[in-house]
Amino acid sequence: MDDRALPDADGPGGGKLVDNIMHFGRALRAAGLPVGPGKVIDAIKAVQVAGITNRRDFYWTLHAVFVNRRDQRELFDQAFHVFWRNPRILERMLQVILPEFRADVPDDKEREEISRRVAEALQPPRSPNEDPGREPDEENVEFDAAMTWSDRELLRAMDFEKMSAEEVARAKVAVRDMRLPIMEVPTRRFKPSEYGRRIDLRRTMRATLRSGGDEIPLQRKKRRMRHPPLVALCDISGSMSRYSRMLLHFMHAVTSDRDRVHTFLFGTRLTNVTRYLRSRDVDDALVKVGANVDDWSGGTRIGQSLHEFNRYWGRRVLTQGAVVLLITDGLDREVGAGLANEMERLHKSCRRLIWLNPLLRFEGFAPKSIGVRAILPHVDDFRTVHSLDSLEHLADAIGRPALRRREGMERWMQELRRVEDEQRPTEGAKR
Amino acid sequence: MAVSIPGSVDSTLEMLTAGNYVADRSLATALHLALSLQRPLFLEGEAGVGKTEIAKVLAAQLDRRLIRLQCYEGLDIASAVYEWNYARQMVEIRLAEAAGGADREALARDIFDDRFLIKRPILQALEADDRGAPVLLIDELDRTDEPFEAFLLEVLSDFQVTIPELGPMKAAAPPIVIITSNRTREIHDALKRRCFYYWVDYPSAAREREILRVRAADAPAELSRQVVAFVHELRKMDLFKVPGVAETIDWVHALVQLDHLSLDPAAIENTLGVLLKYQDDIAKIQGSEATRILNQIKTEIAGASAIG
Repeated sequence: MDDRALPDADGPGGGKLVDNIMHFGRALRAAGLPVGPGKVIDAIKAVQVAGITNRRDFYWTLHAVFVNRRDQRELFDQAFHVFWRNPRILERMLQVILPEFRADVPDDKEREEISRRVAEALQPPRSPNEDPGREPDEENVEFDAAMTWSDRELLRAMDFEKMSAEEVARAKVAVRDMRLPIMEVPTRRFKPSEYGRRIDLRRTMRATLRSGGDEIPLQRKKRRMRHPPLVALCDISGSMSRYSRMLLHFMHAVTSDRDRVHTFLFGTRLTNVTRYLRSRDVDDALVKVGANVDDWSGGTRIGQSLHEFNRYWGRRVLTQGAVVLLITDGLDREVGAGLANEMERLHKSCRRLIWLNPLLRFEGFAPKSIGVRAILPHVDDFRTVHSLDSLEHLADAIGRPALRRREGMERWMQELRRVEDEQRPTEGAKR
Repeated sequence: MAVSIPGSVDSTLEMLTAGNYVADRSLATALHLALSLQRPLFLEGEAGVGKTEIAKVLAAQLDRRLIRLQCYEGLDIASAVYEWNYARQMVEIRLAEAAGGADREALARDIFDDRFLIKRPILQALEADDRGAPVLLIDELDRTDEPFEAFLLEVLSDFQVTIPELGPMKAAAPPIVIITSNRTREIHDALKRRCFYYWVDYPSAAREREILRVRAADAPAELSRQVVAFVHELRKMDLFKVPGVAETIDWVHALVQLDHLSLDPAAIENTLGVLLKYQDDIAKIQGSEATRILNQIKTEIAGASAIG
């Protein structure tokens, strides 16, 4: 932290300082911050105004310009200290940034101090590695238009788990073309409408003037409708693997169809994959998801994952009346520890909570497992997702404006009470 | 005569201190930049860390008008920028009719006149003021929706709004704009790019004691010390909503009001609702946990003063 390391304005033009700020901007951009030429100009102006009296003020001046979000602070901090500590490092770093000069890399001692991400950003890009999980036969499969009606019907009702690779591929294509009919809720904005129930005074006034003020033709308006945000929490543990892959295809279709869709995956921990699913190409999106989630097909900690969601994401993505899809079979490794509380919190934070459970397809499914019993009292709708048909029904259910709690839930509540009654004496006997 | 804006980071800091706002130097730097480069200042942070307060202090210290725009979902031009006074316009048309012979063009000019314009916060902020450009506080921007955010882009980059009947209205002098967000959703980058950004964090213990000294002057020093230590312990815990600075201040006020000179388990029990706002959190802290934290901080404070 010696003052010598501060950039000095060389001469009245401050030529060297300007260069350094520009290079710093480029270093930040290479490290992943959205820094364009406009920002660099802003930074130069800001430094001129604030002056460089000490290192701390200089830090916060650049911070105010370059940092836009809280999560960029760490990166900025690392980059700042690396960059402005010793101007000589600058030259070396630039050699690394610019591909033409990728001769030396900062020596080991210096490298250690660069955070992993900054360091990675300053290294030449690696060649994109092929994803091993990609199914080889996927590219050349096309939906067979000649398929007979009964074939298609069969596929629609078939359980994802029982599908062959080829059937899976065909189902994926069908999922791709699925659209969520957009459920709409009224907003506080209005739009002109001939049959609206309110008078649009502004347009009425203009129409009045147009007619010279002799008559007042009433203009009407009605509420604008908008679909609420959709948040999917999808279980990717071993017992769910076949379904969750198909559901990811479905979520990708939904994500590219409308805005305000958030997707989270959980097994033993929670991952937000919304950004990856925004890739236009579904394979591309799923490769990215695969690369960033590392608890595929493992155990499940539903309670812990929901806790993470409630704590870190709930207040950010469940605003403005979101609808939540919880996709899990309710088989929890931690046998429901804290699950009921977290479910209650989740339920109270959203407009509607829909539970999708592939196990429901079995005749005589009873809410017996502890996880299921913890989740069930807090959901508004309980459905299965095991086939294309059920996905389509789901799309239909989300599309229709409905009561918060579906009437069918009462049956499940009764079932739950029956199971609880049955369990009680046996549990008592164990103790 | 308008009070001029502070010319350096130091004088910005002094100004905030004079307004009873205890600020970090980093915040003063960002504020100084926003003031001198006439850009909006975008403040993000948890609820109750004093974001809104900055705008109030700024207005008071610079002797400017404070115009507050509280955001909510569905906020529209009619309630944020301007609206025509339709009733008066109707009356005007009737009067013109009664007088007879009014031609349409003249009537249109008369009707869409400044007199019939109801100015809402943003338009008010663009008006010239003898005391200097006003402070425009756009509070909790994250509560509104994307269409309004997009509308703000024009306002914040050119400081002008366009009224179809009157044409563009440009600010005489750019207002001092403070935008706050609780980060319940991410604000679009296009908007943030036009602002200086600052994340208002929870203060350090020393800084928070300083805040209490200024904002709750009647509290005994011993009590403030314990309260700050207790709150800092709570902020380390896994709570749904940890208390902000506003809660700390409220808590001290409540304790003083109830004549507590220092923290004890009963006092905490009775006033915990001031500090924690979720039943789950209260249930977690109430009782033995509160006593444990209390004992811990008492030992720490005793240890610190023994060394000091």
